[in-house]
Amino acid sequence: MDLLTPGVGLIFWQAVVFLILVFALSKMAWKPILNSLKQREETIQGSLDEANKARQQMASMQADSEALLKEAREERDKILRDAREAGNRLHDQAQADAKKNADKILEDAKAVIQTEKNAALRDVKEQVAIFSLEVAEKLMKKNLSDDKAQKDLTNRFVEELKLN
Amino acid sequence: MTPFPYKNDLFRIILIILLFIGNSAPSFAADNNEDESFDVSGVIIHHVLDDHIWHFWDGHYGTLYLPVIVYSAERGFDVFSSSNFYDENHNLIPYNGYKLEHNHIYLGDTQVLDFSITKNVVMLFITAFILILVFRAVAKGARKNAGKAPKGIQSFMEPIILFVTEEVIKPNAGPKANKYVPYLLTLFFFILFGNLLGLLPGAANLTGNIAVTMTLAAFTFLITNFSGNKAYWSHIFWTPGVPLPLRPILLMVEVIGIFTKPIALLIRLFAAIAAGHIVLLSIMSLTFIFHSWAVGFGSSILVVFISLIELLVAGIQAYVFTLFSSLYIGLATAEHEHH
Repeated sequence: MDLLTPGVGLIFWQAVVFLILVFALSKMAWKPILNSLKQREETIQGSLDEANKARQQMASMQADSEALLKEAREERDKILRDAREAGNRLHDQAQADAKKNADKILEDAKAVIQTEKNAALRDVKEQVAIFSLEVAEKLMKKNLSDDKAQKDLTNRFVEELKLN
Repeated sequence: MTPFPYKNDLFRIILIILLFIGNSAPSFAADNNEDESFDVSGVIIHHVLDDHIWHFWDGHYGTLYLPVIVYSAERGFDVFSSSNFYDENHNLIPYNGYKLEHNHIYLGDTQVLDFSITKNVVMLFITAFILILVFRAVAKGARKNAGKAPKGIQSFMEPIILFVTEEVIKPNAGPKANKYVPYLLTLFFFILFGNLLGLLPGAANLTGNIAVTMTLAAFTFLITNFSGNKAYWSHIFWTPGVPLPLRPILLMVEVIGIFTKPIALLIRLFAAIAAGHIVLLSIMSLTFIFHSWAVGFGSSILVVFISLIELLVAGIQAYVFTLFSSLYIGLATAEHEHH
């Protein structure tokens, strides 16, 4: 029966010690421990959320960069195409210009040559005429120094004229 | 009183086998007849009950005499060592008019109020000391390792604390559960540590003492009824949604229910732990009853397994006491919607 009759002393001590324990432990242990557990939970949740957000951001950034890359590729192609066209056009034009220039130079040169040639010819003609005159003069002077000669000549000319 | 309570049929079969082996095998201790009248129930009850001395082993230094504190109307408070009640041969003698009889102290013929530091009170102090030591270390770890992974005893205790708060207290203790978390956590760990320490050899049977469980149940009873809201009391005194003639009957049932809840708590813990100790001691005593090595070997194996079960029971009883305390508090503080 002693087993079932609670002792007054033990009830008293149990109540006192247990109350002290509740107060001491809640101040000393439960509060800091539960706070740290809550803090850790929040930290972990925060880290997970952040990682998730970062992953989403990465995905959107990747999509962005892909779009950018595509755009850049297109632009590059366009620029290249334009450049090629411009190059071709310039090339053609340069060629045409060069040809025109060459033609003009050629023509000018021809004209100049012609003029020079004409001038030269004229000069030559004049010179020749002068030389001829001088030669003729000299010849005449020599050949017609006597009367016989003069007569012969005149006769030849007359003959020639007759012959003609 | 039966010398050893049978737990179940399997247990009985094992005992019968042990008995058979014990009879057929040569009995090595058979010559030793001096303590043939081995008082099993006396030893067991003596262990399970409280005491004014702490007896570890026989001999001069084997006993710790604890202080006695008594109060009587005539003499007021009196403090002296319990060794005064024993002579050299460990026989009880009266001291200064006080008499110790069956662990009760009498002055003349009247029993005095006994506030002695008994074996269980020392055990209580040890339990409280260990609790504070352990959880101060955990709190220190929590402070030191803030923002880092837990370490050492902190990482062992934190999951248990988390389990008790998140799985036992918060789902059951109603909308104001946070307010009761410190009490319920202390309750859980006090019972758990008390149960486990009580299993140590030579330890006192603290949580298997009805005074201890009664005090704990009384705390839950007081908290439940002091935090009971209007809905709680209206359900007890004038249960809504019930035909009028039935209400007085329900009133009685509910009023009885207020008291049966904590009584169930106190008896469950007390019975589970005390019964565990009695079963263990009974099986150990078989060796001394039969004076047989074979029985000793068999009962030792059984004791190992039942000790393992007792470890489980230690956890389960702490869990159940906390769970039901949470539930009672939750029922008293819940907001009822009327249908």
